[in-house]
Amino acid sequence: MDPVDLSRIQFASTSIFHFFFVPVTIGLAFLVAIQHTGWYRTGDPERRRLTRFFGTLLLINVAVGVVTGLVQEFQFGMNWSAYSKFVGDVFGAPLALEGLAAFFLESTFLGLWLFGWNVLPKGLHLLSAWLVAIGAALSAAFIMAANSWMQNPVGYETDPGTGRPELSSITELFTNPVFVWGYLHVILASLVTGAAIMLAVSAWHLRRGHEPFVRTAHLAIAVLLPGSLLAVGVGSQLGVVEATYQPMKIAAAEAQWQTCQPCSFSVFQIGGGNQDHTPTQIIEIPHLLSLLATGSWNGKVEGLTPLQRKYEQRYGPGNYVPNVFVQYWSMRLMAYLGTVVALIAVWGAWLAWRKKLSRSRWFLVAATWAVALPFVMNTAGWLLTESGRQPWLVQGLMKTTAGVSASVSTTEIVISLTVFLALYLALAAVNLFLMLRYARRDLPSEQPEEPSEQGAAPVLTY
Amino acid sequence: MSLPELWFGFIAVLWTGFFVLEGFDFGVGMLHRVVGRSEHEQRVAINTIGPFWDANEVWLVVGGAAIFAAFPAWYATWFSAGYLAVALLLAALIIRGVSFEFRGKVENPRWRTTWSGTLTVGSLLAPLVLGVALGDLVVGLPINEKEEFTGSFWDLFTGYGVWTALTLVALCLLHGATFLTLRTTGGLRDRANRAARVLTWVALGAVAAFAVWTLALVSDSVTLYVALGAAVVAVAVAAVRVPSDRDGQAFSATAVALGATVLSLFVALYPNVLTSSTNSAWSLTVTGAASSEYALKVMTIVGAVLFPLVLGYQAWTYFVFRHRVSAGPETSEVGAGKAAD
Repeated sequence: MDPVDLSRIQFASTSIFHFFFVPVTIGLAFLVAIQHTGWYRTGDPERRRLTRFFGTLLLINVAVGVVTGLVQEFQFGMNWSAYSKFVGDVFGAPLALEGLAAFFLESTFLGLWLFGWNVLPKGLHLLSAWLVAIGAALSAAFIMAANSWMQNPVGYETDPGTGRPELSSITELFTNPVFVWGYLHVILASLVTGAAIMLAVSAWHLRRGHEPFVRTAHLAIAVLLPGSLLAVGVGSQLGVVEATYQPMKIAAAEAQWQTCQPCSFSVFQIGGGNQDHTPTQIIEIPHLLSLLATGSWNGKVEGLTPLQRKYEQRYGPGNYVPNVFVQYWSMRLMAYLGTVVALIAVWGAWLAWRKKLSRSRWFLVAATWAVALPFVMNTAGWLLTESGRQPWLVQGLMKTTAGVSASVSTTEIVISLTVFLALYLALAAVNLFLMLRYARRDLPSEQPEEPSEQGAAPVLTY
Repeated sequence: MSLPELWFGFIAVLWTGFFVLEGFDFGVGMLHRVVGRSEHEQRVAINTIGPFWDANEVWLVVGGAAIFAAFPAWYATWFSAGYLAVALLLAALIIRGVSFEFRGKVENPRWRTTWSGTLTVGSLLAPLVLGVALGDLVVGLPINEKEEFTGSFWDLFTGYGVWTALTLVALCLLHGATFLTLRTTGGLRDRANRAARVLTWVALGAVAAFAVWTLALVSDSVTLYVALGAAVVAVAVAAVRVPSDRDGQAFSATAVALGATVLSLFVALYPNVLTSSTNSAWSLTVTGAASSEYALKVMTIVGAVLFPLVLGYQAWTYFVFRHRVSAGPETSEVGAGKAAD
């Protein structure tokens, strides 16, 4: 394999692995802050115990999320130095601002929240919980603005001397339609992920008759129901936006080789990828693709073949079609599983409304196992977005093959890739082990709420 | 002062701040098994940095990202040149970062020893690699006219880079020892204090040699003399304050020593950002590698608003957790134990 493929594998594995933990952190941080607020308002010790219980799960994930984020931050320079040098003027700014505005906030108040029990005044302690959640959500905004710029470069001018893009409007970076819809989608996906975990853990405990978890099951469903429905809606709107700026990505996601009008939606097909173009078997729904991609009943969707011709005219010879198999199936995996999650949320909401939630075995089993779905969906979503950008590193400005580090050898990448993959596997195993262990524990025992006589007594938390 | 100069200065502040803060975290990580006799004492040692280490590490993330944003070519060339070293640094920070959260989660001696081990190794490797990387900036790496590194992994180990690394590790150890002395009680505090006594002399030798070596490389800067002088004097002050049990003053002295040492590297580096040992004309410079005026202006405005805020709430964290962590009676419950006098 050449350095480009290896660097792509390294980037993809780091990003996918990192994004197992990011949505858990964002989603659970908000849910824990809501729990904490409930305790703050009512003083109900049971809510305090629930807050601490889910807080522990949150912290185990944060640990892995933070350290994998370090790789994310530095691998641009390591593997993609030509890219970093070319786009740093635009792309670097949101990353630097992310650290200043979000990472400091999140990490400082996480320390305050974690060690602040019985030390901080209650109001400030609650504020810390919310600032952690806000910091986490804010960091996603900056990195999404940077990523959206790669999908749809805006707010820059090309320097006539160097040919490099230079930032000309920071506001355009944050009003980029791909950013606005993409960020909303990521936040909703995070809430869905966090709520799915809270629901799964609560369901597992309810099956064993641990009644306090009815409260968190209700909270999870209250977030999961609107979250999953909105995520599907926002995601489909994001598709329409991307169809405008990256028509190849959406045409590939539909394996649509020829231009169609009206277009039917392929529910399932065999074949029709980059090699054969014509599917051998296909189940389709008339007009649905037109509706999804353009918002109108008889809308036209441009096919991959005419788009390829257009791109060749504009950018010169080359293959501009992304991997159709990856696009087609990542899109469907995300959409179909998203529907399953939404249905589980509707089912749960109905049971909760009929006050039968804690006794409905089938639902509780389904809700426990459904915890895996958001992780598959999140991964599929990123494959759809990032693989669909190929062969571009920055759409229309720089190809992926031009972005790698010239001075880094294949051997060096193989070594670092092996080290990182081994670390990721080990971290995944330990994280899963600890999550299962702590998710199955009883609620933490009652603890004194008032600070001890000496005032701010330090607590051994780690 | 031009915007690129301002950003070079800000980056120097971020890296200096990182070492002043995370320096004692590294030190505590390396020392927690040396000064902590029992499992309980080791836990106490780790908990002295518990609320702080994560936010301290963000200084490095922001320091790196600021280089990316303000001097893209510096970021690109430096990080790709040190490819395997950066990978090693990241591996060290990964195993170290998860140790804090994982270690206390299972009550099993082997589990605890494992994560204590990763904490120790990670805390040693991280400043070691960073030290080599910073020293290399000053002494220079083989960089060609296309701003590309032309050497191999072994070319990263310049004599000056290695000495910088050893100096920083010695200072982190000392800084960690004075921090533990300041933040603990009883036998733990006394053992940390004894470790600090030995370490002051090691650090004094390392910093003095570092100062001489740096001045041999760059001798035309008055600021550099001041910064290096401050570093040496600060270690000397620590050597006096540590044995006389002035814990606060000793810790302040080691903070200044570490800060002045890192700052002097940036003073020696200026006006380059990455020196080429192949041809000095190919060195990356503050003006040559800087981002556009607009990008720097935007970041300056946002930074001017946010950075004081960050300093404020981080300082407040240190105020909230200002009391010593007592090594009092042992508590067994994981994650909920509370130590009282």
